[in-house]
Order: sequence, then structure tokens, then C-alpha cells
Amino acid sequence: MALRGNLRDITFTQILNLVNLAHKTGTLIVESPGETAQVSFREGKLAFALVGNESNDLAAILNKTKRISSAQYRAITQHGSNISDKELGLMLINAGILSKDEILNSLQLYCTDIVHRMFTWVEGLFRFENDILPPEDRINVRLDLENLIIEGSRQLREWEQLQDEIPSLEMALKFMDRPGANMKKINLSVEEWRVVSFINPRNTMQQIAHATKMNDLEVRRIIFGLLQAGLVEIVRPSGLPAGGQMRTFPTEKKEEQVSLVNRLINRIRSL
Amino acid sequence: MQTVKMVVTGPFNAGKTEFIRSVSEIDVVSTERKVSTIGEREIKESTTVAMDFGRITVDDDLVLYLFGTPGQKRFDFMWEILSEGMLGFIVMVDSNRPETFREARTILETFRAYAPTPYIVAANKQDKDDAWEVEDIRHALRLDPAIKLLPCIATNRDSVKKTLLELLFSILAEMDAGKLK
Repeated sequence: MALRGNLRDITFTQILNLVNLAHKTGTLIVESPGETAQVSFREGKLAFALVGNESNDLAAILNKTKRISSAQYRAITQHGSNISDKELGLMLINAGILSKDEILNSLQLYCTDIVHRMFTWVEGLFRFENDILPPEDRINVRLDLENLIIEGSRQLREWEQLQDEIPSLEMALKFMDRPGANMKKINLSVEEWRVVSFINPRNTMQQIAHATKMNDLEVRRIIFGLLQAGLVEIVRPSGLPAGGQMRTFPTEKKEEQVSLVNRLINRIRSL
Repeated sequence: MQTVKMVVTGPFNAGKTEFIRSVSEIDVVSTERKVSTIGEREIKESTTVAMDFGRITVDDDLVLYLFGTPGQKRFDFMWEILSEGMLGFIVMVDSNRPETFREARTILETFRAYAPTPYIVAANKQDKDDAWEVEDIRHALRLDPAIKLLPCIATNRDSVKKTLLELLFSILAEMDAGKLK
């Protein structure tokens, strides 16, 4: 059976469900507008995953998951570039640096993370290749798909809700003139602060997403949170788009910039 | 509505929150507080970061936002994000804690590398008995003589106003000299 199509028509969650029920072995290749991912399965269980051009050898994965330090990673890549993942894993275990469980946990976390990212992909060509087996030169994991599928369903529901709340990213945001009383004790996450630092009626939400390297789902989720907290409101973009980068001055004309600074000076004096 | 941004940075407990609070027309959004490192650090940067955020409405068409950076070193990855598009920045130093001077210098150098925007240094808590003299702080920080180093009391609105004005004057001066784009 040719399992191929577009994520527009069949969601990634549905594909995982099919792989799980049919106990499929092979590799799912998904080409989204932003990047390409390969997810390998053995008898319906997740065995391996990689996305884009990211380095996916064991050393890189352990470095990404903070199991080894950057210095250790550099040492491994400089002196041990020819050894396989399995050899490296044995070496780390024998040296007492990591345990087998820690290595497997890192690999599972890495693969799960890629799958979670793919839940946010709503567009892209996919095909399931029965002949492409999980790579033998890599350490494979064996993850049940049920929990991943549940998480995927939850994200799909969330995505639909967010799209209802924020139908278009071509609008802009501005801070509320009278922030809600609950602003006093708000702690924002790193990602939320990243978005907040770009809020400006000249920046559309799409531009903010581009500047912060977030996808549609991620930026919608954050903005929805800010809307619910009463921090911001959606407005029509004003003037020329500011582009992906926040400029120091909202105008390029020097006279206007000088005038702006003088207005600031006068205002500060009047405080 | 046009918006501009200034950043207030400095070591932990230098007085950034108080500085912004003295002039912000809104309650400062959050305050800097110690968070435990154990159990909160996750691979995907989901740690909540408490930072300061204040606002001064200039007129119907212009708003100034003040961002206070998290003082803890492990949040320094946020500094670059906050420094994007800033008009200028203020480095606050606790005049009573010379053990933080080196860190203040590091922060200063880091921000200078992020953006070639004007900055000044504020020697805060000058009202305390153990406060170092401003010129001694200049030597300790190895500050260029051209960089403004001002005495400051972050809980005093006039002192904070003066500090902000000096930064704005520096910005004007660099614009006149054709250094700012």
C-alpha cells in the first residue's frame, strides 16, 4: 500500500496511529516547507528520528540533551570521529561517564522532541518507505506510540482552538493601555519574553514569528497566553512593516529621530 | 503608535527593579528573584524568567519601554534578545558591593558587543554608608573617561530621571556626531 500524501489532508497524528495499529516497519519521510524529517519505526514502535541537517550522531544528541558538556563533545568529535555510536556508547559507559539508561533516555528524549515538533507541521508531503529500515549504525530506541499519539491529538485540538482565536498572523499587536490588574505577578517564559520584546504595532505576528524563529503554532500559543493575560491586544498593522528585525528608531529620517529623542527628553523632565 | 526601548542591566540586586519602578507609569511587570537551579532547568528553556518591564507614555504617538534584564548569569542568553532594537542601555552597579564590579564589567562588555548603542553606568545606592566614591568605581570598572558614570539612588525619582536624561543626551550627542543609524 502506497502510504503517501500531504499533511494538509492527513495529520501526522493519524499517520502515527496507522503505523501503530499496523505494526509497520520502515521510515516515514516528511517534507514540510521549513525542513525535512525522517522517522523510523520497527513493528509499530518508534526507533529513530532525525530532522533537517542537524547532526544526529550520539555525541551530538548527548550534547543537545546536556548529558555531556560542550568541552566533552568537542573532545569526542576531534579525537573520536571514526567510532560508531555503539562504540562511543560503550566507551562512555565503561569510563563511568554515563550509564546505559542515561544514554537511552537521551536518545528517547531526542526522538520524542522531534516527533513533538512534527505535530505542529500542518503542511508537507509525506511518504512511508517500507524498504528504509531504522539505521543500524545508530542506537535505536523502542518507544510506544500511544502516548505520543495522545499528545499529538491534544496539540491538534489546541491548534484548532488557537486558529479560531487568532485566525490571521497578518495582524499586529500592541500593549494594552490599561493592563489588567493581574499584571503585577506575571512571570513570563523565555519564549514569551522573546515575543514581548518584538511587540510593536508595526510588526505583524508573522514577522514576530519569523524574527523569533517560531512556527505558527508556537507563536499563536504564546500570543494567546498574552491576550488571555490582558497584556496585549490585536490591532491592524500601522505604517510600513518593520521587517524581521526590530529597529532602534521607528523612523529612518534623522530629523525625525532627533525630534523623537527630544520628545523623550522633555517627557522625562516632566515626570 | 511608535515605540522605543531602553534596557537597564547590571548584576543581581544592583537596583534595576527599583530604577524602573521609580519612573514607570505601570506597575513593574515582575520582579527579579532567586530561583532554584535544581529541578527548574530543562533542556527546552522552559524555565520561567522573571524580568522587569516598565513604560513611559511620551505622548499620543510615542511610548518608551524600559526592560530590565535578569541579573542571574545563567539567564545571560536573554540579554541579546532584549538588546535588539534598543536606543541605549544603562548598566547599574551596587556601589556598596565591590565584589559585583567585575560582573558589572562583564555585563557591560557583553552588551557593547551586542549593539553599538550609547550607554551610561549608574553607581547606585550612593545614599548608603559603605558606598564607594564614584571615581573609585570608575577605576575599579576600568571605564573609559568618555563614558558617563553617574551617582544614582534608584528609589529616588529625580535621581532616576537624571540618569535617563544623561543617557538621552548621550544618544543625541552620538546622533550629532553621525555615529548612530
